[in-house]
Amino acid sequence: MESFWDWFRWLHGATGINLTIFYDPFDRGRFANGFLTTLKLAAVCIVLSVLIGVVGAWLQGSRLRITRHIVYWYIQFFRNTPPLVQLYFFYFGIGSLLKGADVSGIPVPLISNVAWAIVSLSFFAGAFNVEIFRSGVEAVPTTTIEAAESLGFSRVRTYLFIVLPLAFRICLPALNNNLVNLVKTTTLAYAIAVPEMLYVSSQIWSDELNVPVMMNVLLICYFALVGSLVYVMHRWERAIRVPGFGV
Amino acid sequence: MLNRFFSIVASSLLLGMVGAPAASADVLDDIKKKGVLVVGSKADYRPFGFLDSSGKIVGFEADLAADVAKRLGVKLQLVPVVASNRIQFLQQGKIDLMIATTSDTPERRKIVDFVDPNYYASGLNVMAQKSARLKSWEQLRGKKVCLIQGAFYNKELQEKYGVDGVAFPGTAETYAALKNGNCIAFAYDDTAIVGEMLKPEWRAYEMPLDSILVVPWGVAVKQGEKAFAGFMSKTIADWHKTGFIQQLEKKWEIKPTKFAQEMRNKHK
Repeated sequence: MESFWDWFRWLHGATGINLTIFYDPFDRGRFANGFLTTLKLAAVCIVLSVLIGVVGAWLQGSRLRITRHIVYWYIQFFRNTPPLVQLYFFYFGIGSLLKGADVSGIPVPLISNVAWAIVSLSFFAGAFNVEIFRSGVEAVPTTTIEAAESLGFSRVRTYLFIVLPLAFRICLPALNNNLVNLVKTTTLAYAIAVPEMLYVSSQIWSDELNVPVMMNVLLICYFALVGSLVYVMHRWERAIRVPGFGV
Repeated sequence: MLNRFFSIVASSLLLGMVGAPAASADVLDDIKKKGVLVVGSKADYRPFGFLDSSGKIVGFEADLAADVAKRLGVKLQLVPVVASNRIQFLQQGKIDLMIATTSDTPERRKIVDFVDPNYYASGLNVMAQKSARLKSWEQLRGKKVCLIQGAFYNKELQEKYGVDGVAFPGTAETYAALKNGNCIAFAYDDTAIVGEMLKPEWRAYEMPLDSILVVPWGVAVKQGEKAFAGFMSKTIADWHKTGFIQQLEKKWEIKPTKFAQEMRNKHK
């Protein structure tokens, strides 16, 4: 293994391509951690934002006006503001209000930067997901819903077992788009010092001054990451296809 | 491989623009022709470079830059830079000269030309609440410490001193994070901490440790600009000789440093 890493040292000497993330143990460690953090951040945010989307689309169809209004304003707020501003708002704005104190009286934040990144990015992508799921829900024929009602399905059960599965198949392409965007938006978390891939890369290129090399590494990593997500989603899309339904 | 591919693409693009007037090799001539000297300077580093109430960059280094412009007989334009972009700005020619609290390190000397002699020096210290009772750097091992993205000591602090670094893009975010308690201390240049602590809001804070990693600051020009570097070298030697650096220390209420005194004696 050591000779494999050392090959990159040789590569640096021979060609000037300085991949410290392979031959320098410290850089290797932090880049690997950054990659894992990005992976975790993306995975958690995808799950949460899809949940927000499903629940939000359900609440949008609520009979209570107040519920519909809350969902409406939630979407307006998170869709009409830049995600970086939201991150700053949560971390510096709300974060400064939510403070505890340790034994010696030094303020300690109750919510960590990673948690804020998860909250902020999930809400951001979730706002789009609500609208995406709504487009799917509205595309389900009313006759299908009436049929479910006549069979004695309650509103919740109609949504969960009839509308949602059909809506899901219709809106998957749009959902894919938004989730791809979400994975790319995780890079913004670097602004509040979440040690994800862009953050560690910028640390590495500041220390090692190998800016172009690290930028290319980043490009390739995100290409691979988003590529795998798209691949999985496409496989899934094909697997759950109902012949004769939709396009 | 990919890197080389990109450089080939980039150079072929450049070759396509042969018709355009080629940039002359000597930036000193260009500055005189343009009548403007573009200097990269900090805008968030009180008292070396910060914004006054009208939004203009002022401070110790802004005064140095003004002196260079005066000597060249041209107008001065200050461009705000941060640690993570200043060297790239210089390489790309966005700025002619970098006077931006830049520590002079061997790694950086490989990609831009630092001018001898150095004009100032700073060490690394931390800013922390008095109630944290910091006495030694060892106490910071495993603790969250705020850092600035792109600072040269980040790696050493994390590797050698084992701090858990939390790095932000600029000082404003970092100070906010320190206040929020996102980190127990903020590791930064002692010169900047002294300047910042003049503000009453930091009354409960202190700079408790002995400065480490004292490094001289260098003015830098783009690689290969020999004539401009030569001019700057003479200018800086003159600053030390005439006591200009110490005058500025006084003007900006910086505690007189040993470095400035030593340089003055050396160049007398």
